[in-house]
Amino acid sequence: MTDLTSQSNSQNGLVLSLRGISKNFGAVSALTNIDLDVHAGEVVALVGDNGAGKSTLVKILAGVHLPDSGTITFCRDIVALDDPAASLRLGIATVFQDLALCENLDVVANIFLGRELDPWRLDEVAMEIRAWTLLNELSARIPSVREPVASLSGGQRQTVAIARSLLLEPKLILLDEPTAALGVAQTAEVLDLIERVRDRGLAVVMISHNMEDVRAVADRIVVLRLGRNNGIFHPDASNQELVSAITGASNNAVSRRAERRQGSREHSREPRP
Amino acid sequence: MNGDKERRATSAPLDRADERIRSDTGLAGATRAFLDRVRSGDLGALPVVIGLVIICTAFQSLNPVFLSSNNLVNLLFDCSTVGVIALGIVCILMVGEIDLSVGSVSGFASAMVGVLWVNMEWPAWLAIFAALVVGGAIGALYAVLFNRFGMPSFVSTLAGLLAVLGLQLYLLGSTGSINLPYGSPLVNFGQTLVMPPAVAYTLAAVTGAVVFATAFRTAARRKQAGLSARSLGSLLLRGIVITIILELVVYYLNQDRGVPWMFGLFVALVVAMNYALTRTKWGRSMNAVGGNREAARRAGINVRRTYMTAFVLCATFAAAGGILSAARLASASQQAGTGDVNLNAIAAAVIGGTSLFGGRGTAYSALLGIIVIQSIASGLTLLDLSSSLRYMITGAVLAVAVIVDSLARRSRMSHGRA
Repeated sequence: MTDLTSQSNSQNGLVLSLRGISKNFGAVSALTNIDLDVHAGEVVALVGDNGAGKSTLVKILAGVHLPDSGTITFCRDIVALDDPAASLRLGIATVFQDLALCENLDVVANIFLGRELDPWRLDEVAMEIRAWTLLNELSARIPSVREPVASLSGGQRQTVAIARSLLLEPKLILLDEPTAALGVAQTAEVLDLIERVRDRGLAVVMISHNMEDVRAVADRIVVLRLGRNNGIFHPDASNQELVSAITGASNNAVSRRAERRQGSREHSREPRP
Repeated sequence: MNGDKERRATSAPLDRADERIRSDTGLAGATRAFLDRVRSGDLGALPVVIGLVIICTAFQSLNPVFLSSNNLVNLLFDCSTVGVIALGIVCILMVGEIDLSVGSVSGFASAMVGVLWVNMEWPAWLAIFAALVVGGAIGALYAVLFNRFGMPSFVSTLAGLLAVLGLQLYLLGSTGSINLPYGSPLVNFGQTLVMPPAVAYTLAAVTGAVVFATAFRTAARRKQAGLSARSLGSLLLRGIVITIILELVVYYLNQDRGVPWMFGLFVALVVAMNYALTRTKWGRSMNAVGGNREAARRAGINVRRTYMTAFVLCATFAAAGGILSAARLASASQQAGTGDVNLNAIAAAVIGGTSLFGGRGTAYSALLGIIVIQSIASGLTLLDLSSSLRYMITGAVLAVAVIVDSLARRSRMSHGRA
């Protein structure tokens, strides 16, 4: 990975700022008037129920989708992210939920895809060493980097995708469900990694359904609900608060379930009349 | 036991540190790795080698002229024309698309050379250049139709097949065919020019030396960087074996006329394409687009430009193949590029091991595949069989090749090798 000095970002500077971002797919408005600020050295968790628009937002930032309205300010400049290459050039790296790896290529080729060393005479040795270094920093359990990605397990592929996002020394990393496919130890490694990346002064946006992971690393938790902002929370906010923001009601399936369990426990403790 | 494991872990190269990976060293290891690869569906050149052995034994037993130096030299002349077209097909198959109009484009290019050079008396090089440029422009048109309008290449090139054939007939007009002058450099190149023996022997030796030198340099760099590398002995062995085989082939061909320069050009193009596909950023993006188009796009690859280069290269190679076959036949006729040229070129690429499904193939598959196809054609011609039988047999061979490709693909998927 890079040394700290190469990061010219001032700590706590605003890296990314979204204002009024909207996106429609036909008649469905996936995102409406989304505002989001991300500072350098900060982990922002993006949470929300299925269909809340988290992945759409990430894809807009990655240049996969174009927003219908709203402005994106990156490092004080208003930018247009009209294709993935534009995002990568600015320093926005993305780990997609579906990972977006080429299964017919080997690990090294996937990590360096689109930014190979020495375009007219690929430097395979240097790329392989760099790939091993990145993977070892992630404590990856990948037996060989010269096997096609098709032969790797889900967790190994996830690690390859994360390693790829770090290669470019980005200013902002977007992680869409980074721990969903990982085992216990690797989840911890990824969370460690997110902290390490943050401590280097990078900005991190992470989508997760796992509240435990979110609380463990996030500095702020941004809740989306049905494509709208629905509150910003500190990681020490109660589960109750978060869940009601996510589902939009204090009376929801999660709270009812919790109550029911609570009730039945109390019920069983009380002697029958 | 434990200490042993630890020692191994500390001294092992970077890419052999994981204890689960088996390192295949030495001859036994290489054999085992090869068998594993084949069993998992990574067939490489194996089907071609087996196919060639069967073809050679069958035809040789039916007609002893088949493996004579004279026939093989003819075979190499014939290989080069459709082989160049097949090389273009490899490019387009790499990105998972197809060009069905290569035959028409080749015929059109030969007609252009005939009209511009013979009828309008342009210099030969300018006529050739113009034909190549127009070929490339046809490919660019397909790419625009594909990129802008999402027209499937299968349909656009099928339309192109007819349209370009029409252009060819229009260009040749009522005369129907134009004879290229005998004795001109272009026709000599296509019919008689062979390498002097000394040049051929030297080229064969240089090839072996270059193969060894590049592999040796890579191995040295890998070792220096702390990666596993092949041993000096195995590299030397490989270089020597390649040199000996090439020298023997050259010696055998030199019993007759020798190695055709046209075949030399074809092989040079194959080697150049192989380098471009495996060792450049462009080649990597061709592989990536063929493997997973959306992933390639998200990695920042300009997918449209990649398709554009693939279509343009394919059509340009088709035009080049057409010019070579005009030189070979010393004429540009209405029949040029029709009939089985299209299918032979596609069949050659597939038989050689380029997948119809994209993202998998090498430039060498054009070379290997066209030798198989041309051997069959040559053998059947020697047996004096009618073209009806020839078409049927070539069709059957293509079907078998595609079946092998599909089965191998299924096996690769179940073995997790994409």
